[in-house]
Amino acid sequence: MTKSKAKPKPKAETAKPGAVPKPDAARILLQELMSTPAEPPGAKRSWRRRAGRVVLVPALAVLSGLILGGVLIALTSQEVWQAFQVSVLQGIGSSFAVVFRAYAALFAGAFGNPVQMVVALQSGDPLAVRRAFNPILESMVAATPYIFAGLSVALAFRGGLFNIGAEGQIFVGAITATYVGYALVGLPMIVHLPLALAAGALGGALWGFIPGWLKARTGAHEVINTIMMNYIAFRLSDWLLTGPMMRPDSFNPVSPTIQTSAMLPRFFADPIRFHLGFFVALLVAYLVYWFLFRTTWGFNLRTAGSNPNAARYAGIKTGRWIFLTMSLAGALAGLAGTNEVLGVNHNLAMAFSSGYGFDSIALALLGRSHPLGVVLASLFFGTLRSGARRMQVVSGIPIDIISVIQAMILAFMAAPAIIRTIYRLRQPAEAGEEVLVRGWGG
Amino acid sequence: MTATAASSRAIAVPRTRQFVMGSLFVVLGLVLWFGFGAGMEAGQTTTFGLTPGGVATTLPDWVLSTRPSLLILALVCIFLGAVELVRGFGRMTNLALGLVAGFFVFGFLVWAAAGTSTNLGGLLNSSLDKAVPITLAALSGVLCERAGVVNIAIEGMMLMGAMMGSLIGSIAQNSMAGLVGALMAGGALGLFHGWLSIKYKTNQIVSGTVINIFALGMTSFISALFLQRQQELNHPPIFPTFAIPLLSKIPVIGPIAFLNNPFVYAMFVLLIVIHTALFFTRWGLRHRSVGEHPKAADTLGINVFRTRYVAVVLSGMMAGFAGAYYTLGSVGRFDEVMTAGRGFIGLAAMIFGNWTPFGAFGASLLFGFADALSSKLAILGIAIPSQFLLMTPYIATMVVLAGVVGRSQMPAADGVPYEKE
Repeated sequence: MTKSKAKPKPKAETAKPGAVPKPDAARILLQELMSTPAEPPGAKRSWRRRAGRVVLVPALAVLSGLILGGVLIALTSQEVWQAFQVSVLQGIGSSFAVVFRAYAALFAGAFGNPVQMVVALQSGDPLAVRRAFNPILESMVAATPYIFAGLSVALAFRGGLFNIGAEGQIFVGAITATYVGYALVGLPMIVHLPLALAAGALGGALWGFIPGWLKARTGAHEVINTIMMNYIAFRLSDWLLTGPMMRPDSFNPVSPTIQTSAMLPRFFADPIRFHLGFFVALLVAYLVYWFLFRTTWGFNLRTAGSNPNAARYAGIKTGRWIFLTMSLAGALAGLAGTNEVLGVNHNLAMAFSSGYGFDSIALALLGRSHPLGVVLASLFFGTLRSGARRMQVVSGIPIDIISVIQAMILAFMAAPAIIRTIYRLRQPAEAGEEVLVRGWGG
Repeated sequence: MTATAASSRAIAVPRTRQFVMGSLFVVLGLVLWFGFGAGMEAGQTTTFGLTPGGVATTLPDWVLSTRPSLLILALVCIFLGAVELVRGFGRMTNLALGLVAGFFVFGFLVWAAAGTSTNLGGLLNSSLDKAVPITLAALSGVLCERAGVVNIAIEGMMLMGAMMGSLIGSIAQNSMAGLVGALMAGGALGLFHGWLSIKYKTNQIVSGTVINIFALGMTSFISALFLQRQQELNHPPIFPTFAIPLLSKIPVIGPIAFLNNPFVYAMFVLLIVIHTALFFTRWGLRHRSVGEHPKAADTLGINVFRTRYVAVVLSGMMAGFAGAYYTLGSVGRFDEVMTAGRGFIGLAAMIFGNWTPFGAFGASLLFGFADALSSKLAILGIAIPSQFLLMTPYIATMVVLAGVVGRSQMPAADGVPYEKE
């Protein structure tokens, strides 16, 4: 990787003369989050206001999504309907109670019950302690594949491409990682685990490369091709799991369990599934950040994405960047599948990845296609998902409510004008809303 | 300079295409000859039953001697390939491709069923059944994209239509009411798509993704909360099969196409109506002009936004109708994620059919046939995994999109939000 310091960083240069290093670093980050050029030196305080603006729309989108989810919960609750038959006031009170109970269960499911934690710590029983702290760690487990998949879509967005095929890439990555995981026997972990991770990334990269290459060569739109590749991946895994990769002693379509040397190590004993993958995800997120904003390659990728004509004029081979971007995005998504296999499931089953592909688009948008944003958005969605499991048990509200909330958040993120209208925010002065991708033809 | 470059390319492309197609025909012919035909014993026969389900009197079985039929099919394919290589079929290339593909598939069937018998009528019948939702989904895409709005939310709209169809049909105990509910649900999602992508100029793929996630979550939510707990809410009366008087008496084709579900008839009617409306009416001309060049259309006084809104709502209703096929036409209940990606196959069929209704129908038939055949293969004991057959629609679409075989011509302004100046 060429780490040339000179070319792509007007921002770093403005940062250097600054006396205090720390806030400047934050400022650079924010500028990148907004993906707008560095400000003139006169506007000194405005980055703080900008920070507010960067966070404001996503925060309000999340809030509105949760409110709408609450409305849906109240509307579909029989308790609320019965209360409304008594009186309107009681109905309203009951709806608040129902929604509050549901979200409390969600919160408890996502972070754990503080009372239970204290009791467990006092009792000193290790199993009880682990059980009490499991929810928050489980949320992080749930967030890990989201981070990878969200990074995949975000990276593609930065390259001006729409990777709607994360789902298929996740599958293929999981297939290759599983194969390496169980077929290679007798390797030490220090070799086997990285090998399995690399195999997963490579599998995903292949699945991203094909649509990218087709786009670069023939102009076929990557959205259609990645959707097609998704279904090809599903069929492929169906075939592999009922044929060549099926566990010999089983009638179910499940692959053999991977070798222990390929498993991502877990940090705690049994009920806690928290594993190394989370930190790998954070590391990869940092690497993606570094790659996108600190290397010439990343600069080229972003230029090819944001303005292909200018990029071509500047001598960047946009065609090559198209398939490189898609391959990298595919590799990241492949790691999401790999992580699930090596860290959580330890084998490959049919339809193990449910909906990560679409969710990752929501993540990338919520995180404004910035690695840090994606990590935060993933943590949020992972928390939501893992909390919803408990909510389903306690309040009987199906976990699918999370998808509805996610869709709403995504809608608000995609059309910030709605949020601005609802909350009467001012239109940002610079019209630099991120234009993501062009139509089918482009 | 650009003109000459363009024209030289225009000549160059068919040449390579002619070569690719010709070679493909020859290769398919050779496969038929050596792969299938040559290995057959002389006296072997293949029997095709011509009995679609549900009819008593039929034609006698059709008995072919396997080897000669295969060799004849192979020769025809090779001949067509040679003609393509030497002279080229020009505009008829796609027809030739269709013929060769048909011969190849037929030859494959003859080979697969050698020594036994297989029910060709049943196969065609189930192909048509499986093609119906795909065709309707593809029509939904055609309506939307001809006006320049990309719709990848067909799947979500179908799911919503299926769920609402079942729910309302069960509550009213009336399949017609269920159908209206399905149309309204699909139309509402279409309106939402339009609202996001036309009014707020959201990226249309993002907006489609929103609807897909929303519909998947919402239908599963409602299903888990109500439909599964109270079975009486998930038991709509389905539309009965009825025979079209004279047409259903036609041998073979009659019972397949004209002794069927009303959805099948509706599909035929919609195909003709949409084709006529799009290509032979003033409305259609306006509709398409908005998809090709919205600014020009606007200059001529066509309301681009209204046209696009109409397009997305119609598209949503069509997708809702496609979804209703499941709950009110064939299955009779709603299951979570029951459309199983048919909306995306519909999208593929639309592309494969070059954004035209009848093209999409042809593609859907092909995809439906692949689906029907894949379940037949296991019965015939063929070693090809059915999953590979099920992959063919997607691979075929990618090939078409890449321009290797045929050329897909999408509406020029497809997916581009319109900004009024």
